[in-house]
Amino acid sequence: MSRAAVHGWLLLLPAFALLALFTHWPVLGTLWDSFHATPRAGHAAPWVGLENYQVMVADEVFWRSLWNNLWYALGTIPLSIALAIVMALWVNSAMAGRTWLRMAFFTPTVLPMIAVANIWLFFFTPQYGLLEQFTTLFGMPSRNWLGNPDTALGCVIVVAIWKEAGFFMIFYLAALQSIPPSLAEAAALEGASRGYYFRRVVFPLLMPTTLFVLVNAVINSFRLVDHIIVMTRGGPNNATSLLLFHIYQVGFSFWDTGYAAALTVVLLALLAAAAILQFAFLERKVHYQ
Amino acid sequence: MTPSAALPQGAGRILETAAAWLLGFLWILPLLYAFWTAFHPPEFSTRFELLAPLTLANFERAWQAAPFARYFLNSFLLVTMVLAAQLVLCTLAGYAFARFEFPGKEVAFALVLVQLMIMPDVLIVENYRTMSRLGILDSIPAIGLPYMASAFGIFLLRQTFKTVPRELDEAARVEGASALQVLWKVYVPLARPVYLAYGLVSVSYHWNNFLWPLIVTNSVGSRPVTVGLQVFSSADQGIDWSVITAATLMTSAPLLVGFLLFQRQFVQSFMRAGIR
Repeated sequence: MSRAAVHGWLLLLPAFALLALFTHWPVLGTLWDSFHATPRAGHAAPWVGLENYQVMVADEVFWRSLWNNLWYALGTIPLSIALAIVMALWVNSAMAGRTWLRMAFFTPTVLPMIAVANIWLFFFTPQYGLLEQFTTLFGMPSRNWLGNPDTALGCVIVVAIWKEAGFFMIFYLAALQSIPPSLAEAAALEGASRGYYFRRVVFPLLMPTTLFVLVNAVINSFRLVDHIIVMTRGGPNNATSLLLFHIYQVGFSFWDTGYAAALTVVLLALLAAAAILQFAFLERKVHYQ
Repeated sequence: MTPSAALPQGAGRILETAAAWLLGFLWILPLLYAFWTAFHPPEFSTRFELLAPLTLANFERAWQAAPFARYFLNSFLLVTMVLAAQLVLCTLAGYAFARFEFPGKEVAFALVLVQLMIMPDVLIVENYRTMSRLGILDSIPAIGLPYMASAFGIFLLRQTFKTVPRELDEAARVEGASALQVLWKVYVPLARPVYLAYGLVSVSYHWNNFLWPLIVTNSVGSRPVTVGLQVFSSADQGIDWSVITAATLMTSAPLLVGFLLFQRQFVQSFMRAGIR
């Protein structure tokens, strides 16, 4: 090996060793452990083949969590991206008070999810909560928003949208600012309406950003369960249990790590599928300048 | 962008501005609500009267009810440790990917990028086992270790280092500088804004991180504020919302104050970190 090659590897080595230990090895370990029972009191875990996966197929909470996660993603991603675009367009325009608006939209991003979940918990509280006070003002019946299986997932989705939209707005803002002003001037000269200009010029130029944001949003919808732990603990009746929350419960409340590994394999497969879709899509649909 | 293309004129403009302000107000409302509850006596926590007396008693009670000073220290140590390690490791690795040719480089880079998709947050079961084998459960390094080699940081610095003109690099080499000296004297100074951007993103991520620290710690000596807040608000505090919101604001305060003071830098940093 040449001197440069040796230097290259030496520079890479510290980071790569940590990555191998805490990312690559655990991925392989998850797969390996998913075929084993949970180790008990110092004994090595016996090979059980597909037993954990058979348990999973019969586990209603798993299916419920998977569906919840899908609805959660479908509820969170399109709405937070649409809101982010609208926010970015507003903040980027000559609107009065736009500095204030940017601060209002972005603030949820810098706050800990766990802290804001506490605030939202109070917001949704029956009888005392702000939401309740507001609805009773209009003579609507009292509701337990987080205690009702029909509304709990919706509440959790609202919190996620609130937390993420401002974060995504920043990326759109950066993209909007890189669009040359001459394009808007040309469109105005041609008499193009604002909607037309957005549809045919701005939106296509935002495509790479949308893809980047989309990938982030998908990862976050599987990764972020802090607010579930604070607000609902997966309840009522597993109505807000997401996949990672179920893994957390199985692994660290029931200490069934063998089964938790099998559940993690499903989560990893979903993330890998998202990655593959992204690259296939990136190749074809998006043209970077 | 010219104002005419950005906003309609007349009534439409007023309507749209009103809609934007309404959304902005809705967005900040939960926080305003928290401020109201935290700074007023409990009997006003859900009653809104203009002249309700202000108080700091809720903060005092929260501060005394749990070892928050220790939690703050833990969080501070965690964030500092993670950021310091990330800066060193990602700089070295980013430099290797940007300016060195070595066998296996493509594969190594692909393996690094795996972490962008599969973050340590989802590998909690296996990483817990690893920490248990290493015998460092319930310690601050155990919280930070999985995040120290950050694929995001490596990628960001690689992109930045690639934009440094080769001539600068070669000029330094001609003068007899070693690879590490070139890195330190030429590349690092030129990447300063990127370091600031990455630092802000990393600090806010790790100050806010919750699930992994919750799993891997179980004593006052290692819990960061996020976990401390959860332990505090779920144990017996039940319905004392004034104290809980005071504690909540306390734990968010360092980032919130930092954000309000350095708003422009924060926003620009997040922008910079997002452009790949």
